[in-house]
Amino acid sequence: MGFTAIFVPNFMVQAAERAEPALRARALALIEGAPPLWSVAAVNEAARKAGIETGMTKSQVEQFRGIEIRQRLRGQEKAAHAALLDLGWSISPRVEDVAPDAIVIDIAGLGSLFGTEQDIAREMEKRARGLGLTAQIAAAETIDVAILAARGFAGVTVIPAGEEAKRIGCLPVGVLSPPEEILEIFDRWGIYTCEALAALPVAQLSERLGQEGVRLHELARGESVRSLALAEPEIHFEEEMELEDAVEELEPLSFLLGRLLDQLCARLAARALAVCTVRVRFELDTEDSDRASGVKAPDKKPAFMDLKVRPPKNRNRIYERLLSLPVPVRDSKMLLSLLRLHLQSDPPTAPILKIVLAAEPARPRVSQGELYLPSSPDPEKLELTVARLANLVGDAHVGSAELVDTHRPGEFRMRRFVPPGDRASFGTDEPRKLRPTRTGFRVFRTAVPANVELREGCPVRVGFRGMRGEVVTASGPWRSSGDWWREDFWHNDEWDLEIRFDGADASRREEFPNGGVRPSVQHGVYRIFYDSVRQGWFVRGMYD
Amino acid sequence: MARDLAALRFEVESALARRVTAPFQYRDRKIVETVSAGIPEIDSLAGGLPRGGLTEICGPPCSGRTSLLVSALASRMADAEVCALIDGRDTFDPYSAEAAGVELKQLLWVRCGNIEQSLRATDLLLQGGGFGMVALDLSDIPAETVRYVQLNVWFRFRRAVEDTRTIFVVVEQEPNAKTCASLVLRMGMRGADWLRTVEISGARVFSYPHTNLFDGAAIQAEMVRARGQGAEAEFYARAGLAGMTGLATETQRHRGRDLKFQI
Repeated sequence: MGFTAIFVPNFMVQAAERAEPALRARALALIEGAPPLWSVAAVNEAARKAGIETGMTKSQVEQFRGIEIRQRLRGQEKAAHAALLDLGWSISPRVEDVAPDAIVIDIAGLGSLFGTEQDIAREMEKRARGLGLTAQIAAAETIDVAILAARGFAGVTVIPAGEEAKRIGCLPVGVLSPPEEILEIFDRWGIYTCEALAALPVAQLSERLGQEGVRLHELARGESVRSLALAEPEIHFEEEMELEDAVEELEPLSFLLGRLLDQLCARLAARALAVCTVRVRFELDTEDSDRASGVKAPDKKPAFMDLKVRPPKNRNRIYERLLSLPVPVRDSKMLLSLLRLHLQSDPPTAPILKIVLAAEPARPRVSQGELYLPSSPDPEKLELTVARLANLVGDAHVGSAELVDTHRPGEFRMRRFVPPGDRASFGTDEPRKLRPTRTGFRVFRTAVPANVELREGCPVRVGFRGMRGEVVTASGPWRSSGDWWREDFWHNDEWDLEIRFDGADASRREEFPNGGVRPSVQHGVYRIFYDSVRQGWFVRGMYD
Repeated sequence: MARDLAALRFEVESALARRVTAPFQYRDRKIVETVSAGIPEIDSLAGGLPRGGLTEICGPPCSGRTSLLVSALASRMADAEVCALIDGRDTFDPYSAEAAGVELKQLLWVRCGNIEQSLRATDLLLQGGGFGMVALDLSDIPAETVRYVQLNVWFRFRRAVEDTRTIFVVVEQEPNAKTCASLVLRMGMRGADWLRTVEISGARVFSYPHTNLFDGAAIQAEMVRARGQGAEAEFYARAGLAGMTGLATETQRHRGRDLKFQI
C-alpha cells in the first residue's frame, strides 16, 4: 500500500465544533453572509434531522427551537486545516495538502513503526480524534483512489491492489468533484455512479466533454496515477477565535484561552514540538455608540478591566503581548496560569472581540539529571512561581542581581532568574572553596537623611531615624564621583563610622513579656556620605 | 503474670485505638541532616543548619546577622544548590554578598516592600520547592510588626519544608517562631576592629580619620534553642572593600596606605 487519505466530512461544522466542543451534543447551524442577509452555510446531523437546510435564512432558523446558531469563522477553519496537516506530519513527512478538508499521506515504509495499513489508518483516526476532528480514512495504492475512497466511505477503508474500480464503482459521481455543468450532463445521461461512468467509451466521452471528461473517466476507473505534491511543513502555529459578544471578565476569557491553548499544545505535541514563546493578540472593542445608546452599565466594574481610556469610535485597537518561556513546555494548564498572571498585572483596556494565540515552536527540553548534582527547582514550576511573585511585588523586583561594571555605588540590574541547568554551569567539578567570613552589609536603598556634627572636618555626632549617637571611630573621607556627563552624576565623600548611640548600655538586656529580648541598638558601624550634589548627609547602609 | 500483662496491653491499645496507633511501638527519633553554615564556629556551636527545618537568626542591627546569612548562602552555593532570598525591606547588598562567595545567578532575590508581601512570597517559594535554602529577611521590619505574625504562619512554613531538603532561615530582630524553630541563634557584635596606619590617641583621633580602615568585627552567637555542643560561640567577620566600588580593575584609592586590588 502506498497512500492514505484523510477526509474530514462536513468540515465547516467540524471546525466550529472543534473550537466549541459543547456544540457536538446540540443541533448546530452555521450562518454566513452580510447582515441582515444571513443564510445557513452548513448544519450538523442533529440540525438536519430537526429540519434545518442549507440556504435557509437566519430568521427561518430562529423559528426552530433548540438550534444553536453560530457565525461561520474562517479563522476556525484555518486552524482546523492546520491541525489536519499537523496530524499528517505526525505520521509521515510526505504529506499533500489536497483541500481544506483532505490530505494524503505517503505511508511507504511505515509498516515497521505502525504495522499494517489497517493499523496505520486506525492510528490516524485516533490522532484525529485527539485533535478534535472526526475523519474518514482510506488506504490505497494510488493517491486519487485513496482520496475518492476517503470522501465516499465512512470510517476506515482499505482498498487492496487491483480492486480499485470495483470498490469505488458504487460511489456517486459527485465524489469525483466534476464541474457543475458536467455534473448536470451526467445527470441528464443517467450516469449516477463511478461504475456507470467507467463503463462509457472514452473516445466518445472525450468528443462530448473534452479532456475533463477523459480525466473523470480515468478517476472513475481507479487508474489515475500521479506523484504526491508535497506540502512544506508549517512552522507557524496559530489558533484564533472571534467572539459574537465582547468578553469583559477574566474568568470567561481564561476559559476561552484554555481551550485555544489545549488545541495549540495538541498540535505541537503531534509534531513532537513544544511551546517556546506565546504571542497573545486581542482585538478590542472600542466602539462607544452601543454603550451610549442605553446599555445598562454594570453595577460593579469588572475586576481587571480599566475602562477609563476611551479611544476614538469605530476603530478596533490591538492588545498584544509576548510570553517567553525559559524552557519549551507542552503543559497547556501551566501556560494558562502564566497568561492569567500576566493579564492580571497588565490587563487590556477594553472588552475583547477576537483572540489570536500564536506559538513559536521549539524542540522539547531533554535533560538528563546527574546523580550527584543537587536537585533544583523544576523549570516549569519555577516559571509559574516567578510569575506569581512578579504579580505580587512587580516584575522589576524578582530575579537575580547582576553587577554592573561601574564605579557608581550600589549599581546593579535585575535579570531574569534562570537556575543553572547542568554541572557545567556551576563551574568545575571540584567543590568550590569557601571564602573567609566577610562582614555583611545592608543597603538603605533610599539613602536615609542624617544630621551630622563635624569637628575639624570629621563627623563626631550623627543622628538619623530618631537615633542619635557619638562617633567612636571614623574612617574617611573617601571621595568618589563619576558620570559627570550625565544629569545624574554623583560626587560623594564616604565615611565608615563606629557609632555609640545615646542611652546604650552594653550590660542591659531588656526582656519582653513573650520571652523575647528587646534588641538594643547599642553601637554599630555605618557608612554615611556627604552628597555634594544634594548638599546633604545621608546614611548608605550598615555593616551587619 | 504474662497473661495479665497481655490483657493489660490489649486494654490500653483498645482504649487508644482511635487516637494513637501502636502506642507500644518504639519509634526511632528522626535523624535530621545538617549542613555547614559556612562558619566553623557556628557549625561546632549548633551542629550546622538543619535541612527540612526552620532556623532563626536574631539580633539587633549591626550584630552580624547578615554576615551569617551570606555565609550560609555561599556555603549552599558552593555545593551547587539554588537558593532564594525574600528581602523584607529590599536591603540586600549584592556587592558584599558576591565578595562573601554568593553566586548571584544562583540566587533568586525577591525584593518586597512590607511584611505581607514577604510572607506571601515565602508561601509561594516554599510551596514551589526545589531550593537548597530559602531565607526570609525581616530584620529591617519593626520588631513589633513581626511580633504580630500569628504562630500558625510559622507552623505552616515549618510544615512546608518538613521532609524536604530545603533549609528555611528567618533573619529578624527577635525570635518569633517559638517551638516551630529547630534552631535559634542570637547574634551580637562584641567589637569593631580598625586598621590604623598611624598610632594616635585622644582627641587627635578625629584629626586623622583617613588613617583608619574598618577591618572587621568580632561577632558573638548564642544558641537559644536546638541540639548542639555549646551555648555560645564567637567568630570574626572580616570587612571587605567589595561593595564600595564596582568591577573596575584598578589601584584602589588610598585608605590609609597604598593598596592594590583586582576585584
